Amino acid sequence: MKKRRGVKKGHIAAFFAMIIALSILIAATVMDHVDDIRLGLDLQGGFEVLYEVEPYDEGTEITRDLLTDTVSALNARVDVLGVSEPSITIEGDNRIRVQLAGIDDQAAARELLSTEARLSFRDTEDELLMDGSDLVEGGARQSFEQDTNRPIVEVTIDDPGKFSDITSDISQRQPPENIMAIWLDYEEEDNYYDEIAKEDSKIVSAPRVPRPLSQSNIIQITGDFTVDSASELAGILNAGALPVSLDEVYSNSVGASLGERAMELAVFAGYIGVALIFGYMLMYYRFMGLIAVLTLSLYTYVVLVVFDWMNAVLTLPGIAALILGVGMAVDANIITFERIKDEMRSGKSVMSAFKAGSRRSLSTILDANITTILAASVLFYFGTSAVQGFALMLIVSILTSFLTAVLGARLFLGLWVNSRILNGKQKLFGVKEGEISEL
Amino acid sequence: MNFKHWNTKIDFVKHRKKFFIASTSFILVGIILLMTVGLNLGIDFRSGTTIDILADEPVTEEEVMSEFEAVGYIPDDLTLAGDANEIGRAQFIGDLDQAETLEIQDHFAEVYGNVPTVSTVTPIVGEELARNAVISVLIASFGIILYVTFRFELLYGISAIVALFHDALLILIVFSILQMEVNIPFIAAVLTIVGYSINDTIVTFDRIRENMSYEKKIKGFEDVARVVNKSLIQTLARSINTVLTVVFAAGALLIFGGEGLRTFSLALVVGLVAGTYSSLFIAAQVFLELKTRQIKKLEEKRIKELQEQEEQAQKAETTSP
Repeated sequence: MKKRRGVKKGHIAAFFAMIIALSILIAATVMDHVDDIRLGLDLQGGFEVLYEVEPYDEGTEITRDLLTDTVSALNARVDVLGVSEPSITIEGDNRIRVQLAGIDDQAAARELLSTEARLSFRDTEDELLMDGSDLVEGGARQSFEQDTNRPIVEVTIDDPGKFSDITSDISQRQPPENIMAIWLDYEEEDNYYDEIAKEDSKIVSAPRVPRPLSQSNIIQITGDFTVDSASELAGILNAGALPVSLDEVYSNSVGASLGERAMELAVFAGYIGVALIFGYMLMYYRFMGLIAVLTLSLYTYVVLVVFDWMNAVLTLPGIAALILGVGMAVDANIITFERIKDEMRSGKSVMSAFKAGSRRSLSTILDANITTILAASVLFYFGTSAVQGFALMLIVSILTSFLTAVLGARLFLGLWVNSRILNGKQKLFGVKEGEISEL
Repeated sequence: MNFKHWNTKIDFVKHRKKFFIASTSFILVGIILLMTVGLNLGIDFRSGTTIDILADEPVTEEEVMSEFEAVGYIPDDLTLAGDANEIGRAQFIGDLDQAETLEIQDHFAEVYGNVPTVSTVTPIVGEELARNAVISVLIASFGIILYVTFRFELLYGISAIVALFHDALLILIVFSILQMEVNIPFIAAVLTIVGYSINDTIVTFDRIRENMSYEKKIKGFEDVARVVNKSLIQTLARSINTVLTVVFAAGALLIFGGEGLRTFSLALVVGLVAGTYSSLFIAAQVFLELKTRQIKKLEEKRIKELQEQEEQAQKAETTSP
């Protein structure tokens, strides 16, 4: 004899309250999080260069400190470019990867990055007169020449006395040798006469010095500047010279429109994929499918929020990890649901089938997820950039799917089952009466 | 679809030899293919130069090619991109030197009014990435064996890894046959499959282990085969439903995801199907073979010990007065 106890309406009310609260939260914030997620180069366009770091002098060793200094110098330069959220990372022992997303003038950016910004003042015989170490740090700025109003760069020197000595020496030479050439990135094989003739010269300016200069400690660098190029040079000088030289070993650029198109198509495909999954789950698992749809939506939302918090960059491999994560989340649901159905078929009541099914599926899901996390951790630890990004996304997806698909589904389904409203309604779970064997 | 697994009588175990033969021969043919035809390695994995030519108007491959011929360089690969095919992407295998790229750049700057973008890759970077991925997978496999040995037993771990390599190799072979470009996203796809393969196999093994524990005494092949078969049937609905849903997602990417995701999503779809196939027909069956052998060995050892004991007892009898 079956005595039907009363339905606990409170449970169902709690379920709807939770769903409504979550829907409001998701609807209100999801777009903010989506907009905040940084897209990789492959999805938004931009360029990426991998530099191999080499010391100036044979003797210098590339240390971690040296690499960190280089990264901060590069960061300061990227600031000059006004690129938002660049990614500059150290890889291995002697590599630096620079990723600039959504940048228009790639050639200029590349030049700006790799210029060593070693300023030197030399005579026409290429003898070094003064170099960057004689300048006051952060003392460069863009300004205008008083008479002509042309843009110039002003630098502040440390020791006006030394400068006065140098200029008095130069001014005594015969023209055209009374010139103080201002070089950017002078190298051994360079010489004044060849370089000054070049169109894109390393000599920024070559002022004639007719008399000793001693009035002030500010030098004006005139040249063929625009306001932009003058403030850019001032920016580079303030950012400091690179302590090392950078060698491009890999470069990759994606056009903005190409990246955007890739993103749009991927998102569209994602919608279709998710719609198919939802449809299938509803059709096959009926009421439990509905719970799966809810937890999968929650999964997607939580993953987006976590990505946003982690400041992660979403790339194509990242999307791969997301898909696998969706797969794991669906799988966790399917494992649980199949177990519950099995228990129902063996004749258990809805409530005890739910309890036994959830309990038994848990260890399976745990084992499968831990093994995959294990694999992902190894990939993260030993892999490089693209592999690492993938592994990180995978770990996040698995943890999230565990949270939503296991705990979330249990909570939601539990509220319904424990409310007793589903008692005897195995049909709603996709189990036909004829399949249930007598206990 | 409804898989009436509780009263299905599919005999997976009976056909295992066929699956072994099918997989082994496919893999053998594949390895030969990999060694002869090889993979169509993209620019990510070989030393090369990519030149993107931007024109103000749509161009055709013939136009761009004839411009290259005019300067005297024939690209190894030429594709069009951009919303209106206004970008030509030419790939040169092997490094072009500075002077050569300059010559090409100058020529196209003259013809189309835009200076082409040139990106150069040294093979070290791509090779390093691939090598790192391979090393990581090997180390991960070792870790998985350790974990599974600890949670299950060694034989499960070995069988799972066999399935894992089976799946990874299968994708490589399919890509070798289709000669599709292997690039960095492809590596991500292979890694995804490695993750899925392990996940899928472990779920099946979990059920085998559970059913093993219900058995009173596992005496030999018949018992193990029965348990394996029962477990496969019990998890069949789950295996098929899971792979279907994931294939929905990967398939949508393949069909609608655009050119950039094609290689990647094709590798995923192939790998997902292979992953499910191998969990059912390779991993579980390899386990069955290994387990049977282990039981036999233990049995022989036990018999040997018994015989020795008997012999000793007899000896003791004969020597004692």
